[in-house]
Amino acid sequence: METLLLLMLLPPLAGAALNGIFGRRFSQGLVSAIGCGSAGLAAVFAILAALTSHLGPDSPPFVHSYFTWIEAGSFRADFALYYDRLTLIMTLVVTVIGFLIHMYSRGYMEHEGGYYRFFCYLNLFLFMMLVLVTAASYPVMFVGWEGVGLCSYVLIGFYFPKKSASDAGKKAFIVTRIGDAGFTVGAALLFWTFGSVNFPELFPRVAALGLGDQQRALTAACLLLFLGAVGKSAQLPLYVWLPDAMEGPTPVSALIHAATMVTAGVYMVARSNVLFVHAPEALKTVSAVGCITAFFAATIALCQNDLKRMLAYSTISQLGYMFAGCGVAVFSSGIFHLMTHACFKALLFLAAGSVMHAMSGELDMRIMGGLRRKLPITFWTFLVATLAISGVPGLAGFFSKDDILAAAYNGPLGAPWLYWLLTVTAGLTAFYMFRGLFMTFCGKSRVPHDLEHHVHESSSKMTVPLMILAVFSVVAGYVGIPKVLGGSEAFDRFLEPVFGGSQGLLAANGVVAQHPASDLVLMIGSLTAAGLGILIAYWFYLRSPEIPEGLATAFSGAYRTLVNKYYVDEFYNWLIVHPLVVGSRKFLWQFVDVGVVDGAVNGSAEATADVGQVLRRIQSGNIRSYAAWVLLGAVGWLGYLLLR
Amino acid sequence: MPLSSHILTVATFLPLVGAAIIAFLPRENSGRVRMVALIFSLLTFLVTLALIFGFSRTAGGFQFEENYAWITSPPIHYHMGIDGLSLILIVLTGFLTPLCVLVSWTGITERTKEFHIFLLALETGVIGVFVSLDLFLFFVFWEVMLIPMYFLIGIWGHGRKVYAAVKFILYTMVGSALMLVGIIFLYERSGSFDYPQILAQLSDGSLPLTHTTESLLFWAFLIAFAIKVPLFPLHTWLPDAHTEAPTAGSVILAGVLLKMGTYGMLRFCLPLFPNASREFAGLLSVLAVIGIIYGALVSMVQPDLKRLVAYSSVAHLGFVVLGIFAFNVQGMEGAIYQMVNHGVSTGALFMMVGMLYDRRHTRLIKDFGGLGTTIPVFSTFFMIVTLSSLGLPMLNGFVGEFLIIIGAFHARVLWGTLAAVGVILAAVYLLWMYQRVFLGEVTDEKNREIPDCNRREKWLLTATVAVIIFMGIYPQPFLRQMDVSVARVLTRVNPEPVAAHNSKLPAAPAQAQMAPPPRPRNRATTGGASR
Repeated sequence: METLLLLMLLPPLAGAALNGIFGRRFSQGLVSAIGCGSAGLAAVFAILAALTSHLGPDSPPFVHSYFTWIEAGSFRADFALYYDRLTLIMTLVVTVIGFLIHMYSRGYMEHEGGYYRFFCYLNLFLFMMLVLVTAASYPVMFVGWEGVGLCSYVLIGFYFPKKSASDAGKKAFIVTRIGDAGFTVGAALLFWTFGSVNFPELFPRVAALGLGDQQRALTAACLLLFLGAVGKSAQLPLYVWLPDAMEGPTPVSALIHAATMVTAGVYMVARSNVLFVHAPEALKTVSAVGCITAFFAATIALCQNDLKRMLAYSTISQLGYMFAGCGVAVFSSGIFHLMTHACFKALLFLAAGSVMHAMSGELDMRIMGGLRRKLPITFWTFLVATLAISGVPGLAGFFSKDDILAAAYNGPLGAPWLYWLLTVTAGLTAFYMFRGLFMTFCGKSRVPHDLEHHVHESSSKMTVPLMILAVFSVVAGYVGIPKVLGGSEAFDRFLEPVFGGSQGLLAANGVVAQHPASDLVLMIGSLTAAGLGILIAYWFYLRSPEIPEGLATAFSGAYRTLVNKYYVDEFYNWLIVHPLVVGSRKFLWQFVDVGVVDGAVNGSAEATADVGQVLRRIQSGNIRSYAAWVLLGAVGWLGYLLLR
Repeated sequence: MPLSSHILTVATFLPLVGAAIIAFLPRENSGRVRMVALIFSLLTFLVTLALIFGFSRTAGGFQFEENYAWITSPPIHYHMGIDGLSLILIVLTGFLTPLCVLVSWTGITERTKEFHIFLLALETGVIGVFVSLDLFLFFVFWEVMLIPMYFLIGIWGHGRKVYAAVKFILYTMVGSALMLVGIIFLYERSGSFDYPQILAQLSDGSLPLTHTTESLLFWAFLIAFAIKVPLFPLHTWLPDAHTEAPTAGSVILAGVLLKMGTYGMLRFCLPLFPNASREFAGLLSVLAVIGIIYGALVSMVQPDLKRLVAYSSVAHLGFVVLGIFAFNVQGMEGAIYQMVNHGVSTGALFMMVGMLYDRRHTRLIKDFGGLGTTIPVFSTFFMIVTLSSLGLPMLNGFVGEFLIIIGAFHARVLWGTLAAVGVILAAVYLLWMYQRVFLGEVTDEKNREIPDCNRREKWLLTATVAVIIFMGIYPQPFLRQMDVSVARVLTRVNPEPVAAHNSKLPAAPAQAQMAPPPRPRNRATTGGASR
């Protein structure tokens, strides 16, 4: 098993190294063969690991330490890997979707410069993501955590001669690093409280506590860890980097900024479930932040005209759902949605990439329309994904989203307001997704003439991954059919060994939903919301396109606020970025450093010189004046003795 | 007597031998001068590496000791010896000096001969500081090393080089003068200049110091060291000296000279004056954290690349001081590790800024832009070093910073947390700088013409990057080297002996006192305390 895990991790690293060092001299074919081949190998070994792990319901997680990484005093972080059923799911999601996106990139990046650079970064990302999900301690997880952040930075800024791209990369790295500081301090707090940051030691120690023990330390640690998740998974108030991250090539948006990296925060919270259930206040913060973010981002998505940016806000919103699921202590629902979302959101982005390819890089939905006929495969796959994310019954998103909605009401820490806000958000989601679908693919073509004749369906290199993901977007939900629909909640039961203990703790302490409701009623509520959303979108964007324009003029203030994303970026610039730069330059550097501190130094030097200047006059070299000084001194001394 | 029993003398004076040989070479043949300098610096590096193999990680006390009477009255000895702390810094010096010779290969064209004489003499001075166990000998090396540095800045520097050189000398001299008073006072009281003897006398109580005396002595030493570090607010010599110095000067300055300050704190301030150290640890931690955040913010707005890197040193060394005054294993080992990291990473940054200067004769950030397209290989190296400097895991910087934050968090929750904020700021100033220099369009046509790395530069940078990656992935050999030395300092400075190994770990944090977890006593078995 330990070999198998290494075999899964190492091919992407080797691929990255090969392409990174020698890629310039390789042909495109060889570069993509190395890139896709290593991703494929990783997927194969991930599947083999899943098949041969034989993790029974009671078997402990597999842990293996490869070497000691950092050790000082009693602090010790080994390079150790951790494999349980949660890891199993994550490695499969990461490698399989990662592989498909690698395959897609062969076509997408064909005519772009820096082909080898792209595959090098993509491989490195895959390696780091695998480290993140297989890590057996917070420091090693942090390796992956920052590693994927680095890959995200270089890939967002892939077209680095463009200022907006390099700005976006920098912003992503810095904003997520705010969260990372929280992660670091959280790990420090855990170490000094429990004496370890390694999961196999830390989790049992915390699990042995009763609910309410070590409350302060655990709440603080969990909130700090969650701060890390907020940064990485783009939640309020640190979500601002993700929409800008769309500057990166589209496969990157699909892989990193939709399917895998941004879900790392959700994974981390789920992985730390033992800690979080011991800190219910922290958990409530998680669900509240997730829920509010889900709603907030969905409202912004309503008015976006850039296809990828709309999808970006949608991702933020869906990540909010996952946190809401984890926050009400039904962690499996969050992971379930993570998995299905990875399928359909990757598909949406890749399809958007296909549209972008056809439209010569254009992403403004206002000049699209009617692309359905020219891009049939793209259209149909995009439709499947749209249906899935909107929660239409029978597709993956329906099952997972419904799982979260039910949990939001009936979960141990559930609350009605969470459910209602998420349900409204589900309606908004259906609306903006169909708005996007209609504006892009349906109705009359608004494509400018000079672009029109370029529009063509993408090559099979790109469409085949689309079709495979479309299948996933349908079937992925069937692993978790709810009891209401006669299912057995297989997914939840599969993850029972990981989350069961935490849920048992809450149940044993009588932490249950205050006002449980029937799952069927809840489901009907969410279906209604989704249905309404789709209907309104149809009415607004296909039947009577004049209505949204009328609304936009009638409520121009609200509309402008939404189009400008609540002016949050402007606000942050005004509140933090600008004062920090100007304050540092004018006050700290030019005033304090040069003026005060160095001024004092130079001042004392000048004072010394001045004193020297004065004293120099005594040393005149004139014998008569020396005699006068001697006389003066003698008189003074005598006077002192006499008058004493 | 075999050479091996004089290995420290060899390591110290081998560079000086090289300098002497260069002095006899004809000045026209600068190629041969460089070659001799390179050979002798590499030989010295080999000798320092040999020290590692002969060094015992478990033995207490000093190793490779040499002790001869030098001056009989007062009793001054030629006493040398190293422990884990000095070993690491000596190897760092040995590693950086050949790089300095290589990086000056084409940049220094005037007075090449004198340049290399001074460079090698400087190495002798620096290694001498790290190996001296006699306070007087230490002081001699400490002062001697200033002279070559003064000339390196004053002759081969740029811009206001004389101003910078004089400022550097005067600033340091102020501190040295105080330290000399401290040394003489200790001699008056103990009758010895010998560091181990004085330490023994202080430890066993045969040399009692009053509270005031100890505090005064502590500050006499500390101010000298704090100026070298430099600790806020004694840092203003550094931006000038760094900016105006030639590349090799900046590399040595950042790489090892600053470490002499933190080395001095660990070697002298803490063990000799433990009570005063404890008393003022809080104050010094505050200054360290101010240095971290202040240094980062001021660095962020520098228009000059070299000045930016110089101010970043203030921030990085703030981490080191914070770690030292955390008084626990994690903080102190992290601090020592961070000293090496800073030497390698910031040294590399200075080298690369120097390479850019050689190509464009400017260091202003606004004159660059878009270099990623014109010199991709150089840009990649620069990126890796930048990432190491901002503490990316798997590169060296992270290991030190992480341990320091853990240690500092335990000692003082607030300052540890603020230090973590400093890590964010490091990303801000470094990535912003990287963006303005390497990303974006090429705005200045001159930047299109510049050549990418040549073979010499590639080797130089590959060596540095290899060290950066190795130290990030496998810090064990370095960390284990320092265990014994760190434990010794900690037993001196912490009143209860258990704290050195932290075997009863979670005693201190407020949270841990609320409800003891069920298995706290087993902790030592899972941690590394079993060593």
